[in-house]
Amino acid sequence: MMRYTVARILQAVPTLLLLSLVSFLLIHVVPGGPAVVMLGDKATPALIAQINRSLGLNKPLWLQYLIWLRQLLQGNLGYAYSYHQSVASLIATNLPRTLILVVTAITISHLIAVAVGIYQAARQNRPVDHVLTATLFFLYAMPTFWLGVLMVSTFAITLGWFPASGLYNPLLTHPSVGSYLYHLVLPASVLVIGSVAGWGRYMRSSMAETLVQDYIRTARAKGLSEGAVLIRHALKNSVLPLITLVGMSLPSLFSGALIIEIIFDYPGMGLLFWNAAQQRDYPILLGIVIMVGVLTILGNLLADLAYAVVDPRIKYQ
Amino acid sequence: MTFSQTTLADPPELPASELFGSRFRRIFWHHPLAWLGVAGLVGLVGFSFIGPLIYRANPYTLHLTAILQAPSARFPLGTNNLGRNMLARLMLGGQTSLEVGFAAAVSAMAIGVVYGLVAGYVGGWVDALMMRIVDLLRSIPGLFLLIFLDSLVTPSPGLLILLIALTSWHGVSRLVRAEVLSLKHRLFVEASLAVGGGAGHIIFRHLFPNVLGTVIVAATFMVADAVLVIASLSFLGMGLPPPVPNWGAMLADAMAYLPQHTWWLVYPPGLAVLWTILSISFIGNAFRAALDTRMDSSVRGGRVL
Repeated sequence: MMRYTVARILQAVPTLLLLSLVSFLLIHVVPGGPAVVMLGDKATPALIAQINRSLGLNKPLWLQYLIWLRQLLQGNLGYAYSYHQSVASLIATNLPRTLILVVTAITISHLIAVAVGIYQAARQNRPVDHVLTATLFFLYAMPTFWLGVLMVSTFAITLGWFPASGLYNPLLTHPSVGSYLYHLVLPASVLVIGSVAGWGRYMRSSMAETLVQDYIRTARAKGLSEGAVLIRHALKNSVLPLITLVGMSLPSLFSGALIIEIIFDYPGMGLLFWNAAQQRDYPILLGIVIMVGVLTILGNLLADLAYAVVDPRIKYQ
Repeated sequence: MTFSQTTLADPPELPASELFGSRFRRIFWHHPLAWLGVAGLVGLVGFSFIGPLIYRANPYTLHLTAILQAPSARFPLGTNNLGRNMLARLMLGGQTSLEVGFAAAVSAMAIGVVYGLVAGYVGGWVDALMMRIVDLLRSIPGLFLLIFLDSLVTPSPGLLILLIALTSWHGVSRLVRAEVLSLKHRLFVEASLAVGGGAGHIIFRHLFPNVLGTVIVAATFMVADAVLVIASLSFLGMGLPPPVPNWGAMLADAMAYLPQHTWWLVYPPGLAVLWTILSISFIGNAFRAALDTRMDSSVRGGRVL
């Protein structure tokens, strides 16, 4: 386990380094270059010259990279000119909201996917299995943005059950947790519906594969009820691979959250990113690209390590 | 000197000319989804490209006396906030979606296939480095990268195709590389090496035909993904500039009028995207069954767009 952990962490390092290297090069591609990224609209020729000196733009490129990397590791992601504050503080405000949305969706989506997967595997090739398979396929092909618009128009505008936008009720001076949750329902539902299809399909095939194993026949032969066989013997073995699947789905979950945040005017990292793109506020754009990249790499790392913890058979090859 | 043993040792190899042979036809056309997918795609192409020849309405004309009209005999799918004919716009939107989607998928495949072939065949540190670049691309959510690149340039159809290709080729390259790794020590490759075949010859004459099945299946799904990406980008206001209609942008325009229950602005563009993705995915599934590639559904990366 120790060897696997170390090896897996070492495997993530080159990707992280490459991410930083590419981001560093992108800063130089961005109109205005690094000084503008750091200064924004405060950029006067004197200040630019000063920044260029302190950044060491007269130094060789590799040294510039090391200086920039040190700044990055200290949490300096530059200055967001359209917001008049540091990119790091903007991300610190917005990132948790996106994480709440994504983690809520992952949790609910998994509960549904596991339940549907077990149910389908237990009733393989019966009409209900086919109906569920077709439904999941349909949801899988459903464009997130259309689903979002349909949810707003149906549940927020026509029925008026849920709020169409925002993080909490703006009329409350001290919004309660309930207000936050109430506003989370629709955006999270869209992300759940978008992600449940893939995981549900995976659970069904994983369960179906497990159900033909010898130890399942043994469990049945010793007289266990079908429910006990499904839950205690089959489920435990088929649910584990889902952990790595979560890690791999992180990029698409973030992309989905981006669209959803814009539709529901939910002020997370996606909405911040989108607004920054309209303003061409490159420090924010680059900062968030680095941030989601790091989060995805670390998320994958965590998922793989968690999988190795729950399944001791995993060895680093 | 003969290599008759190779045919015994290797599983039967599938020459490119026979990839779409009788075995393919038998399985493909017996796949229940194949018919549905082909019919759906033919309908879509007919609607987008032949439709405008039959239904001759200008998608750009502003009917200012008839804005936000519900479907009627004059406007079968109603009009938008500028009084533009929605049916004509839906057709033209289909053209751009299919053209850009197809071109982006072909470009991405070209990059990904060559990249995967080279990485897999050359191996060693070149492969390791090339795969780290793929890892990097995989770890940045595609939509974020696309929006960032989009903000650096002024979008045009050609540039959009290039951007989508640049952000989506890496999935294919991994598949191709994995296949090449298992192929390159097979006897037919070693035989070619033994009689003096060069790297280029081996890659394109021996390896490429053998990964073609995988490539075709992946390409099919990639067209669907590219159509979705264009629609998503346009929905976010980042795709092609107006007034060229696009399904995503049409839906984005509809959002402002949701309180007025303008259902005819909301359903057709969304259904069109869903229709396209479903048809192409059906064909992809049938291709996968018929070409017998070992690819699983993770090819599409479990996207949530």
